[in-house]
Amino acid sequence: MIALLLILIPLAAGLASFAMQQGSAAKKFSLLASVLTLALALAAVGSSSAIVYDVAWLNDLGSRFSLKMDGLSKLLALLTAVSYPLIFAAVYNNEYKKPASFYGLMLLAQAGLMGVFLAADVLLFYFFWELALIPVYFLSSIWGGEKRIAVTFKFFVYTFLGSLLMLAGILLVYFQTTGHSFSMEAFYQVKLSGTQQTVAFWLFFIAFAIKMPIFPLHTWQPDAYEQSPTATTMILSGVMVKMGLFAVVRWLLPIFPQAALQFGNVIMILSVVGMLYASLIAIRQDDIKRLIAYSSIAHIGLMCAALFSGSKSGAEGAMIQMFSHGINVIGMWIIADQIEQKLGTRKMSELGGLAQKAPAMAILLVVMALANIALPLTNAFIGEFLMFSGIFQYNMWMAAAAGISIILAAVYTLNMVQKVIYGAISPVSANAADISGNVKLALIIIAVVIIVFGVFPQPMIDLTKDTVAGLFVKK
Amino acid sequence: MNAIIFSAVLGVVMMFSGIILRNKSAVTTTAIVSLLVLLLANLCNIYSVFSINIDTHGLLHFNKFGLFFNSILIAAALLFVLLSGKDIEKAGANVSDYYALIFFVLCGTSILTSFNGLLMLFLGIEIMTIPLYILTGADKRNLKSNEASLKYFLMGCFSTGIMLMGIALVYGATGSFSLNVAASSPASAGMPASSFLQMAGLILLFVSMCFKVSAAPFHFWTPDVYDGAPSVFTSFMATIVKAAGFFAFLNLFESNAQLLGPTWKLLMSFVIIATLLIGNITAVFQQSIKRMMAYSSIAQAGFMLFALYSFNDLAKEGILLYAVAYCLATIGFFAVLIKVKDYTFDGFNGLAKTQPVLAFSATVFLMSLAGIPLTAGFFAKYYMLASVVKSGGSLWIVVVAVLFAAISVYYYFKVIQAMYFREGQPETLEITGSFKTGLVLVAAAVILVGVLPSIVLNWFYF
Repeated sequence: MIALLLILIPLAAGLASFAMQQGSAAKKFSLLASVLTLALALAAVGSSSAIVYDVAWLNDLGSRFSLKMDGLSKLLALLTAVSYPLIFAAVYNNEYKKPASFYGLMLLAQAGLMGVFLAADVLLFYFFWELALIPVYFLSSIWGGEKRIAVTFKFFVYTFLGSLLMLAGILLVYFQTTGHSFSMEAFYQVKLSGTQQTVAFWLFFIAFAIKMPIFPLHTWQPDAYEQSPTATTMILSGVMVKMGLFAVVRWLLPIFPQAALQFGNVIMILSVVGMLYASLIAIRQDDIKRLIAYSSIAHIGLMCAALFSGSKSGAEGAMIQMFSHGINVIGMWIIADQIEQKLGTRKMSELGGLAQKAPAMAILLVVMALANIALPLTNAFIGEFLMFSGIFQYNMWMAAAAGISIILAAVYTLNMVQKVIYGAISPVSANAADISGNVKLALIIIAVVIIVFGVFPQPMIDLTKDTVAGLFVKK
Repeated sequence: MNAIIFSAVLGVVMMFSGIILRNKSAVTTTAIVSLLVLLLANLCNIYSVFSINIDTHGLLHFNKFGLFFNSILIAAALLFVLLSGKDIEKAGANVSDYYALIFFVLCGTSILTSFNGLLMLFLGIEIMTIPLYILTGADKRNLKSNEASLKYFLMGCFSTGIMLMGIALVYGATGSFSLNVAASSPASAGMPASSFLQMAGLILLFVSMCFKVSAAPFHFWTPDVYDGAPSVFTSFMATIVKAAGFFAFLNLFESNAQLLGPTWKLLMSFVIIATLLIGNITAVFQQSIKRMMAYSSIAQAGFMLFALYSFNDLAKEGILLYAVAYCLATIGFFAVLIKVKDYTFDGFNGLAKTQPVLAFSATVFLMSLAGIPLTAGFFAKYYMLASVVKSGGSLWIVVVAVLFAAISVYYYFKVIQAMYFREGQPETLEITGSFKTGLVLVAAAVILVGVLPSIVLNWFYF
């Protein structure tokens, strides 16, 4: 039941928000609903019993409305649930036109995301996969920047094409299952020939790779992140890209173990190339949002490579990192949003000296930045360490190449910190004020999470233990 | 047989209603009541409550699939008149005649959903299309409408000629008009001489049916006719008539396709890919939404053709679902389109601000046409693709279809973009509250079928 509520509450609250006349009422109501969802998610994480929900849906097709939470689902449901109150709190003072629709769509996207992380039926998963996309399409197209329509459309067509290819793959596997069923068990136990595995594997993988995104399918991402309203960008990069990684763990690796082994090499090379490529581009960026966008590609590439490394520590690290990266990147976006809202620019060349004008923000930005380069004692460190050890076990040279991106991450992140908060006070930042209480609160919570899990990551490792173990059970 | 008789009789009733009833909306009300009667009569036939039976010596064959399909078509016609009745009244002076013609078309579709012989196929097609030529030209003083009507008439005659030639050849080869005899005799008995005649006949029949359902490369009449005809009648032609054509196509080749052996699949893949390619790519470049919808209807036909590619139970369920999904979405979208004065994409700019209900429902319909999950269109496409995968092996054609489906998002979402993301003051006709309610109900139906397609299918198996 708790699983169903995790989807239903955002869904119902989102629909209710549309009906509200007053923008401020919708804002408060959405914040409240997201806090309620968070409480439920925490309860789900805390409960030791199996959380399942299963009712008949499409009997003729062999598909059920079936939800299930294992460790990774819990972790990502928690990520989704945590990020919404943080985002809503951080953008509380921002003015949006038609706020009721804005918050309504945000909550609908949350319902879709929850569904993706909980679905234990492939067709249901596919439904939610699309459902999460539609609200984001409208969010970015209505409230986004100047080039929003074209950019969001590119993003939409890209991901829609990916999901349709996945649908073809799903159909291919579906007709091989015993008794034609869409259930997770049926898909896990399916026996496929070599060719079928290869074809279906790639059909699935392209969909997931577009979502993550993995080089060379990443071209929609920097534009979409830049043009979307920052609250939506936080959802996109904090939570939504995890859909792709999650889907690899949930569906790709268990259904196509041989193909994953066979093509893991190719995918890892693509990931590592993407990491280096994105990091190099990030160094050249002047726009903070684009910098974070490219840095995000690099991080995701590392997680993807670690998942395909076939080692336990790699998978463990990637799962932890999904959560950590989500939290950290939302922190970065909140600061980027604050800078843009307060100073009207995102260009680093126009900023400078914010440490003197906005000390609280400067301190918090440094914490986020250090987490972004995975310094020890931040939550990102343990994940990256495990992932690197996984990749190292697979291939030393690949680990070395991926390691370069860490150095590059330090280069562009610290460069950004330096340009934005240190140096002489630029004309633009001359009349800057420090961040307001609500933003401070959101950022402090994130900073606390960063440090607490940096020092004591064991709960996350324990939580995802069952998913990791499940991945390494021989079929 | 109920539907055939009732539709013909009610058509005559509608014709005379124009003399008695001076008020246009009274005629529309009569039409709605008549359609309800027709629907009821057909449903009575399905559940054997009351049915008129005339011995046709095997020319007609009533089975559940056909009758159910016919109910869908009649229900779609009812929906069409309910939503767009006011606009039919505006299409020209002779409202009662238009309704009479619509009933005659339905008589044709009733025959097409039950024919068991080539002769009846021919009659059904003719009864269905001749009224359409007139409806296309209903806007008498409009040159475009006239041109469309003439073009449709010429092309229709041309394809009918091809069909008759095909029927003649098949008859020559088998000595029978029956569908099953055509399938069972000479070729399987190994008589090559007549088998050639039969093959040639079947190919000609195939070509003429491709004309009727506007499958490429026989689609050239479609955009001009759909664009030129008064928009209300385009909506009718693109949905009910097209779906009936598909049913006839399916019924005609269900047993005959095997005569062509593996050539059939090759032929179908060619036609499907050509149809998808031309429909989707050309739709991308259209400036007028009405013309875009004409090409989109070609593209949708490409998907429906998959039923003929695979010929299995999933294909049959799929074509039912497709007919429902496609009729709901297209009739709904055209109902919105008619209300907007300017048919270009720019004419829709800012519709979400001025007419939020229309814009929202149109969005649902367009998403359904694009095949986004949670709408009926998704399951329609799903069943079609699933039937192909089930029929064995040919995954590449599914992948190609899927690529084209992604392209279709481009032109459908261009309308959504215009409505929601661009600023403008679109001019609309007067919009009544009941029209809005109707639209929202249709949109709700699209979503309901999209979540629980079994509602439609269970009813079929009931």
